[in-house]
Amino acid sequence: MSNSAPPAFRINRRTFLKAGVAGGAALLFARWLYTSTSASTQPPHSALDAAARTIMAAIIPVLLDGALPKGADLATARAETLVAVEQAIAGLPPATRGELAELFSLLAFAPTRCLVAGVWSPWSEASTGAIAGFLERWRDSRFTLLRSAYAALHQLVLGAWYAQERAWPAISYAGPPKLSVG
Amino acid sequence: MAGNQLCRPAETFGGLMADILRQSTLPDPFRAALSARWKMLDASSLTEDRDIEADVAIVGTGAGGGTAAEILSEAGLSVVMIEEGPLATSSDFRMREADAYPQLYQESASRKTKDKAINILQGRCVGGGTTVNWTSSFRTPVVTLEHWATAFGLAGFGAGDLAPWFDRMERRLGVAPWPVAPNENNDTLRRGAQALGISVSAIRRNVKGCWNIGYCGMGCPTNAKQSMLVTTIPAALERGAMLLTRTRALKLEHAKGRVSALTCTGLGARGTDPTPRRITVRAKTFIAAGGAIGTPALLLRSNVSDPHGVVGKRTFLHPTVVSAALMPERVDGFSGAPQTIYSDHFLGDDLSGPIGYKLEVPPIHPVLAAITLPGHGAAHARWMHDLPYMQVIIALLRDGFHPDSPGGTVTLRADGTPLLDYPLNDYFWDGARRALATMAEIQFAAGVKTVMPVHVSGSSYNSWSDARAGIAALPLAPLVAPVVSAHVMGGCPIGADIRRAAVDPSGRYHHLDNLYVLDGSLFPTSVGANPQLSIYALTAKLASGLVTTLGRGPSG
Repeated sequence: MSNSAPPAFRINRRTFLKAGVAGGAALLFARWLYTSTSASTQPPHSALDAAARTIMAAIIPVLLDGALPKGADLATARAETLVAVEQAIAGLPPATRGELAELFSLLAFAPTRCLVAGVWSPWSEASTGAIAGFLERWRDSRFTLLRSAYAALHQLVLGAWYAQERAWPAISYAGPPKLSVG
Repeated sequence: MAGNQLCRPAETFGGLMADILRQSTLPDPFRAALSARWKMLDASSLTEDRDIEADVAIVGTGAGGGTAAEILSEAGLSVVMIEEGPLATSSDFRMREADAYPQLYQESASRKTKDKAINILQGRCVGGGTTVNWTSSFRTPVVTLEHWATAFGLAGFGAGDLAPWFDRMERRLGVAPWPVAPNENNDTLRRGAQALGISVSAIRRNVKGCWNIGYCGMGCPTNAKQSMLVTTIPAALERGAMLLTRTRALKLEHAKGRVSALTCTGLGARGTDPTPRRITVRAKTFIAAGGAIGTPALLLRSNVSDPHGVVGKRTFLHPTVVSAALMPERVDGFSGAPQTIYSDHFLGDDLSGPIGYKLEVPPIHPVLAAITLPGHGAAHARWMHDLPYMQVIIALLRDGFHPDSPGGTVTLRADGTPLLDYPLNDYFWDGARRALATMAEIQFAAGVKTVMPVHVSGSSYNSWSDARAGIAALPLAPLVAPVVSAHVMGGCPIGADIRRAAVDPSGRYHHLDNLYVLDGSLFPTSVGANPQLSIYALTAKLASGLVTTLGRGPSG
């Protein structure tokens, strides 16, 4: 990537490099753990298991900071965006759903959550700042794999939010013309 | 519909349309004609395996498969069309991205290359890409055809050879100059380019009685777009052809140089997962027309003889970079015919130098904008807040003409589904950087306030001099500067030289007697223009030749 990365970024790079081998092993373990514990309980078309849903619920308000409504509508908007993300994942081919399941198992498994994502508390307790830091590190990572994981979260969440009518007033989009198709 | 009022600007027109529609409902000719005589099967609903026989089996119903289906059924051959996607018709087209992308596109419009660096918009429904494309209709550029002749030895496909086939398909599909003024998004490209002395032209469109709504990419709700869905496919069904939907072609069964059968699987109602149901199609002739990712994948799954390893190689995308800008006045890039102005100024005729690019604009709908704009949180929300003021230019890079532009390779995942590996190299990034600069300069010349070359940094500029300096220094790499594609080409190139071509100049696979390829995978390079009309003309010519080969005499 660029040579203009700030010093903090370089330190993170070293952390990443050290975490690389351990992270790889942990990913394999997490994948095994994920498949051995959730395969039997997960219905075939359920897009996200409970752990993945917790992660998405934590990430959604950070990705959509400044976009989600304030006040009473916030909780509904977050909940419906999570539902829309799940629907979007359910529309992806099995191979892509499998890759996302691996990503979520890596994010859910405490050792990799700490070492690879840099989020030191469980997702349900992680601060907005910690989650924002994680997203920015992956977005700006020197590793294509982590940038692609950020891109996947970006596409899923921002796509799911702006697909909803409730997102349109804030962007002055009146929706499609009314054709009253019979 | 609405007669000469078609020439009114979009706003007036929208009001007029709303008035008309309050009193009527929109016709859906496909559903209206859907009669007991039409043979259709949605494989998601199958409860037992099926065997089907026909003279010709066509895999795919897009520009190639649809064109071939009409010509072959007209010649009296029994045809079965096999489509992986669903049958969706105008009454399903609600102009909502949330419906359209999962329903009508490969992988919910998020198909990606192996390293995820390129997002590919590719249709997957009855009509394929023609159901969801933006109607831009270009004849294959002469420089491209000449390159195929000189560099690939392809004879019989010059501009003069193809002219009657372009004429024929343009008549069939209503390709004509667009009489309505461009929307502001397109007009910004025109104004900015002309201010800089950069030539622009108008794009012809395959529409009849278009209402200038701007939702072509979500399926045309008024049936104005002359896609395969409303033209060739109904015509083939009317002549007794059969249409299988939610049916994925898995494998060609072949021995002794001939294909005997095609094994297909049903797909569940969501279209993502195979069902246990198998459909076996036996035919005398097989046509692969599943697009430049699907067709090579079918051949690879079938283990067809490929002694020179050409199948699935040299797959091209017109990899595309994006420049977003903010105008002082509303642009409403979601409204009006999406693509009506283009510039080939930066394509040039010199194919031996740096990569060239074609300039167009995209429609600007909320989801497409949201997933394309970089970053998240407040910065992303600010850009989205200004959606009606957003103007966007895209540069489609002409890949495949230079040794440093070898394209991508179609491979198979463990589950047999295709995966395109398309590495982005320095030759590409050089062009991407020049294109980002060109687009910014045009946008400033047209009067925009701010330009953001779409890039993960989210850097934006308020003057051309700042933009020029900023773009020169931008780090460009996969998933740092997002790259998109809406054109998939190549992978089964046509030509007489078996070392470099997968199919002979009649479209027949070099190593199997009764297998033909009739889709965008035929192209030896990218087209250098939106490919639909190139596919129509080439496949019309080859399908008509096939009619003669099969002893049915020259067609229509």
